[in-house]
Amino acid sequence: MTASTPSLARGGEAPTTAVVPDRSSTRSRRTLRRRGYALFLAFIAPNVILLAVFAYWPVVYNGYLSLTSWNLLSDTKPFVWFANYTDMFTDPEFGMVVLRTVIFSGGIVIISIVLGLLVALLLDQKLRGRNLVRTFSFAPHIVSGAAVGTIWLYIFDPSYGLLRQLLGIVGIASPAWMTDSFWALPGLIIVYVWKTAGFVAVIYLAGLQGLPSDLYEAARIDRAGPLTMFFRITLPLLSPVTFFVVVTSIIGSFQAFDVIAVMTGGGPGTATTTLSWYIYEQAFQAFDAGHAGAAAMIMFVLLVLITSAQARFTRNRVHYQ
Amino acid sequence: MTAPVTLSRTARSPITRRDDSRHSGPRQSIVVKFLLYLGLVVVGLAAIIPIYWLLSSSVKPSGEIFVFPPRWFPTNFHWMNFVEAWHSAPFGQMYINSVVITVLGTVGEICVAVLSSYAFVFLPFPRKNLIFGIFLGAMMVPGTVVLLPNYMTVAQLGWVNTYAGLIVPGWGSVFAMFLLRQHMMTLPTEITEASRVDGAGHLRTLWSIVLPLSKPMVVTVMIVTMVSKWNDFIWPLIVTNTDSMRVLPVGLLMLKSDEGYTDWGAVMAATCFVVIPVLVVFFFAQRQIVAGLTQGATKG
Repeated sequence: MTASTPSLARGGEAPTTAVVPDRSSTRSRRTLRRRGYALFLAFIAPNVILLAVFAYWPVVYNGYLSLTSWNLLSDTKPFVWFANYTDMFTDPEFGMVVLRTVIFSGGIVIISIVLGLLVALLLDQKLRGRNLVRTFSFAPHIVSGAAVGTIWLYIFDPSYGLLRQLLGIVGIASPAWMTDSFWALPGLIIVYVWKTAGFVAVIYLAGLQGLPSDLYEAARIDRAGPLTMFFRITLPLLSPVTFFVVVTSIIGSFQAFDVIAVMTGGGPGTATTTLSWYIYEQAFQAFDAGHAGAAAMIMFVLLVLITSAQARFTRNRVHYQ
Repeated sequence: MTAPVTLSRTARSPITRRDDSRHSGPRQSIVVKFLLYLGLVVVGLAAIIPIYWLLSSSVKPSGEIFVFPPRWFPTNFHWMNFVEAWHSAPFGQMYINSVVITVLGTVGEICVAVLSSYAFVFLPFPRKNLIFGIFLGAMMVPGTVVLLPNYMTVAQLGWVNTYAGLIVPGWGSVFAMFLLRQHMMTLPTEITEASRVDGAGHLRTLWSIVLPLSKPMVVTVMIVTMVSKWNDFIWPLIVTNTDSMRVLPVGLLMLKSDEGYTDWGAVMAATCFVVIPVLVVFFFAQRQIVAGLTQGATKG
């Protein structure tokens, strides 16, 4: 990689010169390699620029914004150090936002993983029609969140909704769901679980179908019951899948926005103001770049921590064959 | 994101695919069988009823909407809901916008992804795995976090309320690039080397050898990308500010503020505008969509 062959390295076209004859084969190889380097950079350049501008720079800039109190309009961005953070950490309302996000995300993640695993076990049985059910349960995952929110608003409608009828069969009076500050958040959790559980199930199903049979045979010889087999073999072997699903659903539910926007707009009051809605509200409705930035930073740090914890868990604790 | 990479160790290893022997051990009794089928039916219904409800309500006249208990089957099809919905917001323009953004966005992202995945697999560079890791790191940056800074960048470029502002930020590609790279790594290197000895440049090797060989994966990635661009909500919401630039999912929000969601028949019809194209694509390309969306988990 000395600078001995700069003119060749810059040659734009293909390695027709690659077949450079005799002399120094090392020299031509070097040229080739330099051309390869240049081409590598050219090929990744569009992506590098796009990701730098729209994925990495925003994080840095957001960090800066979180240290200012800027109203998005004025020319100056007054620097306030960590005032936004101390504001938020001492504000009980923000504490509620975080708590709500934890309940919301935790609810979605736990319920959709339990349901998803159960559905996967069901779909793993030799049953007629299981492919159709698999298709059905995956479908909600690809429907636009805005549409899903609209559909469920109608289903939740306390006077004409479908759910009112279904609850009526079991003799339960329908709550007002999205206009009730207690039921709005559980309602959103139901909607997100409906949207993601099938996806989780399909991932688990793929995991189940990749499990080796010899362990089960050994267990059967040992007269292990199905429950023992499930808890001692299946579940541990699926742990990498579980960790993957946990992390992706945490990331997904932390960012949940479209369904909330359509169904509640963060309300009633602040009953469904999760972290992502809070960020949006601070930035684009309250024009408070500082608080939006600080909240976004907190979310980013949380997600990085969760992801790296997952990486470590996967490395250390997860059972491999 | 490390998840897909670390998972590869288990999921990828060529374990002999187990047969279904583990179910056939002790004979399943009739009762168990019945319960399993019952479970299957419940799961299928729970997943599909809301979608059925959307489709069926979209053709219900208001007389069948505002009744309790609700009607499970529309007695006569009231197609006027669709006409009403179409005129309640500029859905024609929004359709054009959604199609343009989905098509250009997907084509751009796939080009970017193909180029960089080819580079990571077939071109030499020192420490390119480290660079790849840095690329993957972008997957950890949540869309909500970059919202405001990206809006300001786009504003500085003068792209607010333009197609460029809607499309270009989405061209940067991590997930699509990741899937394509994983696939290209499985291609035998002899083929590409042979073609280069023949004097074909890298662009030609990419175009006439690697792309045709990667076609199934490219199609998969393309469909998944299209669906996610079509459904995209938050970015189009903030980067546009006139009705004429809105996309379909955002249009649903407009419907709400205008009508307060009273006319459920028309609202469901409008929701169909957004959902039906995706359902049609899902119907024809189910295998690719499921594969593309679950690949991150099960394949490395």
